Amino acid sequence: MAFRLEIVTPEGRAFSDEVNDVVLPGGLGEMDVLPSHSNLVSTLVPGELRYKAKDGSTHELAIGSGFAEIQGDHVNVLTDLAISDAQIDEQAVEAALSRAQERLKDSENLGAENVAAMEAAIANSLAQLKLKRKRRTL
Amino acid sequence: MPSTRDLRRRIKSVKNTAQITKAMQLVAAAKMKKAQDQATQGRPYADLMNKVLVSLKEQAGENTHPFFSPGKGEKTLVVVVTSDKGLCGALNTNLLRKLTQTDFGADVEYVTIGRKGAGSLARLKKNLSADFPIKDPARFLELRTVGKFLQDRFLTGEYCRLLVAFNNFVNTVTIIPSIEQLLPINTVTLGGKRSYEGMGAGEVEDASTGPVLEYTFEPSTGEVFATILPQYVNNTLYQMVLEARASEHSSRMVAMKNATDNAKQMLKDLSLEYNKLRQAAITNELLEITTAKMALE
Repeated sequence: MAFRLEIVTPEGRAFSDEVNDVVLPGGLGEMDVLPSHSNLVSTLVPGELRYKAKDGSTHELAIGSGFAEIQGDHVNVLTDLAISDAQIDEQAVEAALSRAQERLKDSENLGAENVAAMEAAIANSLAQLKLKRKRRTL
Repeated sequence: MPSTRDLRRRIKSVKNTAQITKAMQLVAAAKMKKAQDQATQGRPYADLMNKVLVSLKEQAGENTHPFFSPGKGEKTLVVVVTSDKGLCGALNTNLLRKLTQTDFGADVEYVTIGRKGAGSLARLKKNLSADFPIKDPARFLELRTVGKFLQDRFLTGEYCRLLVAFNNFVNTVTIIPSIEQLLPINTVTLGGKRSYEGMGAGEVEDASTGPVLEYTFEPSTGEVFATILPQYVNNTLYQMVLEARASEHSSRMVAMKNATDNAKQMLKDLSLEYNKLRQAAITNELLEITTAKMALE
């Protein structure tokens, strides 16, 4: 039994395929969704999404905050960011992270708009880095 | 009376200008297409969001989130979306005119996206509180930052409402400067079609008319609302900026097309004058030779 997983971001459809199983970073903790799940809407926190493709292989994606809508044999994930782990360049992420934190340190000199930008950048970079790191230890 | 050499020089320079404006026209056309595509790609996102919002609205009652009620303060915050570069006709001028003609009440603060708007508002000595440089093409992540900033401002309660002034792209010849309310969110139109959705309106599903689906909300309807609404606001802002970008490029395309046409007309006039002058010179020379010959006989 398989169901359709779709991940949409404001910049387009990031993923759309039949999968057997998906683990979502839900607002109440990780959540495993199998076929024939009841209708549900759950919040998502920035973290990793794992899914098992039809051929049995497991894949991972870093996603931002958003929500998942489960309805019938469709799982729709709405998030502002979705990057598969092949797309993540660890060094670039780390550089971005340290740059952002550096600038946030003297946040007193920055305007409120810059601080907001930095905080968002850090949250995103952290989610990406976590996924990449985890992948390596496996 | 210009000499033939002067004329030749002018013709050459006008030809160069025409080439440049032609190239700019083509670039603007490609960029406009890109901005339109970008807006179209956000459609599945908007559809899904509308679907869930409608169902949420049913189950959660409406005034459960601070984004639905106007802030306590008197101030109005206006976000002005303009282009970074010029050479795009009366685009920015029209928007700024609309802005100065609208009455926002006594206490107004401005936030700008785009260099042209920031410059003009600063010259007009308006109360400019922040300026966000957004690259072209606009990325959602950049605008999320702006959205977060605006929402934080709104939640302080100092502002009673938050407006966005941008150029609404209807088609290449019709661009309407519009001012839309971003916050508080209008509960009646929430989940429905947006009025400014010029780019392919009617393709976004109007979820408010379809059947309302029943869901379990986790952790609770309130918390789902609290997660979705900021994203809804961010996405709305993103779509507005895409509209403004499409308007900018289409306006530039039209302006550059006019410039190219004018340059071509000028070339035509100049070549006519040049040919006349050349012919006159030849006739003169012939005349001189003939008179000289006749004088000798």
